[in-house]
Amino acid sequence: MEALLLAGARVLDPATGLDAPGDVLVEEGRIAAVRVPPQPQARPAGLPTLDLTGLVLAPGLVDIHVHLRQPGETHKEDIQSGTLAAARGGVTTVVCMANTKPAIDDPTVVAAVREWSRTASVRVYPVGAVTKGLEGKELSPVGSLAAAGVVALSDDGRWVQDAGLLRRAMLYADSFGLPILQHCEDPALSAGGVMHEGTVSARLGLRGIPRSAEEAALARDLVLAEETGAHLHVQHVSTAGSVRLVRQAKERGVRVTAEVTPHHLILTDQCLEGYDPNFKVNPPLRTEEDLEALLEGLLDGTIDCVATDHAPHAPWEKMPELDRAPFGVVGLETLLGAVVTRLVYQRGWRLLDALAKVTVAPARVLGLQAGRLQVGGPADLVVFDPQAEWVVRPEEFASKSRNTPFSGWTFRGKVLGTLVGGRWAYADPELLRRQLGACPGKILETEGDRGPQKSPRDFWGGPVEVGP
Amino acid sequence: MSILGGHLLGLEYLSPGQIANLLDLAEQAASGGLPTDALRGRVVANVFYEPSTRTRTSFELAARRLGAEVVNFDPERSSVQKGESLVDTALTLEAMGVDAVVLRHPSSGAPHLVSRHVRCRVVNAGDGMHEHPTQGLVDLLTVRRAFGRVAGLRVAVVGDMLHSRVARSAAWGFSKLGAQVVLCGPPTLVPRELEALPVAVTHRLEEALEGADVVMALRMQTERQLGGFVPSLGEYHRLYGLTPDRLRLARPGALVMHPGPMNLGVEVTPEVAYAERSLVLQQVACGVAVRMAVLYDLLASPEPTPVELRPVSRFELALSGSGRV
Repeated sequence: MEALLLAGARVLDPATGLDAPGDVLVEEGRIAAVRVPPQPQARPAGLPTLDLTGLVLAPGLVDIHVHLRQPGETHKEDIQSGTLAAARGGVTTVVCMANTKPAIDDPTVVAAVREWSRTASVRVYPVGAVTKGLEGKELSPVGSLAAAGVVALSDDGRWVQDAGLLRRAMLYADSFGLPILQHCEDPALSAGGVMHEGTVSARLGLRGIPRSAEEAALARDLVLAEETGAHLHVQHVSTAGSVRLVRQAKERGVRVTAEVTPHHLILTDQCLEGYDPNFKVNPPLRTEEDLEALLEGLLDGTIDCVATDHAPHAPWEKMPELDRAPFGVVGLETLLGAVVTRLVYQRGWRLLDALAKVTVAPARVLGLQAGRLQVGGPADLVVFDPQAEWVVRPEEFASKSRNTPFSGWTFRGKVLGTLVGGRWAYADPELLRRQLGACPGKILETEGDRGPQKSPRDFWGGPVEVGP
Repeated sequence: MSILGGHLLGLEYLSPGQIANLLDLAEQAASGGLPTDALRGRVVANVFYEPSTRTRTSFELAARRLGAEVVNFDPERSSVQKGESLVDTALTLEAMGVDAVVLRHPSSGAPHLVSRHVRCRVVNAGDGMHEHPTQGLVDLLTVRRAFGRVAGLRVAVVGDMLHSRVARSAAWGFSKLGAQVVLCGPPTLVPRELEALPVAVTHRLEEALEGADVVMALRMQTERQLGGFVPSLGEYHRLYGLTPDRLRLARPGALVMHPGPMNLGVEVTPEVAYAERSLVLQQVACGVAVRMAVLYDLLASPEPTPVELRPVSRFELALSGSGRV
């Protein structure tokens, strides 16, 4: 396999705090060297080289909450389209949820997902169901799922309501080192709700989902996690009260981690004003006060990481009346732009700290070998322009679905290229202009040496002219 | 000049001036002041996804009195049964040459959805638990006739606010015209969050009725009891039912309204509903005039200006943040 020199970029690695200009050498799909500062004299002639001056080179993003919809709902998304969307978003590792049809509650389904993922654009790690068919009644074959390669257990989309069952699941899963990812929502409190219960829902005449639907469920789960000592990961935290509960639990030493979505960090319930289903998510968009608490919790580490809850739905499914439309929005292709724009440009975070929340932090939550820039480690990298503005155009998404709440928004932080195992999973034509050295044409070639990671799709949507 | 300009989606979106002008136009309609062929050649489609007698009939009468053709689209016996979406149904009707869609729908925001996809006029005839703007106008006209004004009156609305589109439209309409609106009912049906509307909220009936010029009783939907919002209809009546005794707390000469259909013995007793100071039947009488005014305003100009498709509300990020990369 070709070697590749990524020269002169601002190299960022949140795991080590590295933030300096440097060269990164990729060989055999791995990071062979990180040279800080850049060493032009050490760039051998003939080595394919990209001049990344002015751009950021960082570990590829890790998204631990993604719905790839395969098997069963491939009209919304499949592993090919979903991972291509990931690649375009700078995401090199996705953790896919178990609520497929059939659910990932059996080792054969895990095996199938892993087999389909061999030709995916990025790395895919499946989650197994906590209960058979996500029905909340019978424990799934946890040991067999663990052996088949799931990285966590979750009935995402549904709260495991039976406390006794969840308690046993925690004890059992912990013996395999599997965390339980909980979607905390007590249906007795949320039933029929379509948005946050508050002044806006009262005015719009829409049924509300109170904060207590999440907080009461979370409080119970924290008690069980504390008692069992098992690792509980709280998905998509949405309220100030939940942040408080997780913070207090962490202070007591409970093994709890938490994630927040980009949309909960940016949007509020006022977005529902036009009754647009692209703002209908579960948990619902809350208020300014919750949003501030989420940002604060993310900053102080109460919330460990950002995850998208990428939930594709076909346009015709998202088009009916608000109360009939399904919950969920896509997020993979807007993740980096949303995080950079929100945290760095609006909130003054260091880029390094913002990136930590989408690289090393989510990888640590699930114990994945990902999200860091390590010599000898896989060359899973993202190249992006932190300043460049770009407009979100759903019609240009690689995802099969278009249900983004950010349609028409301008973000800063534009992904220009994504390397997975040293191969380009996505590359913007802009990178073509940055080739140096004697081997034009080699760097961005998509055919030939892609091996098992090769995608059947052309990454540019058409034949690529490789410049002289 | 059209008063509404585009669609009629709710009274929340109208200015006090627009509302007052519509009421004037309704008076004109009531006194036979609108030409009977004003809407000749226009087609109004009644699209009712929920059963309705008075609203649908009054829209139909209103359209005919102005010379329009009326088609009654019945989702129960139509392509909707074959899975057609609301937007497709509206587009189909529009393609057939319908000029206005009068929509009654169980989902809040359904007319907003339709208005984003069609260029014909959309009239909200009641959407879910959101608004029922023509009923709101009827209530305003009824009160304005009885008192000669709306501004300065105290209006008590009693009952299930949470699920009531009539109440939301009334709250917006009365407060925009300068009345003081107080909402009353059990906390499960009149949550504090309703103070997001320009109204006061109380859970004590005596407090609401005191000094009220107008008392509006809302229909207590019997299925609400099953949802656990109130323990029983009997208890509801004991706590919030309008009786002659209780009405003595209101200002002398206070008038009683009910959007209908009434549950006698639940939210009102017959003595109250049929008393002289009840406006219940006057309300019905205003219905046709108000709907004539709305249809006339939306459709009478020779070539209605094309409606701008409403953009979905967006909350853009300001990019001039303090951060540096």
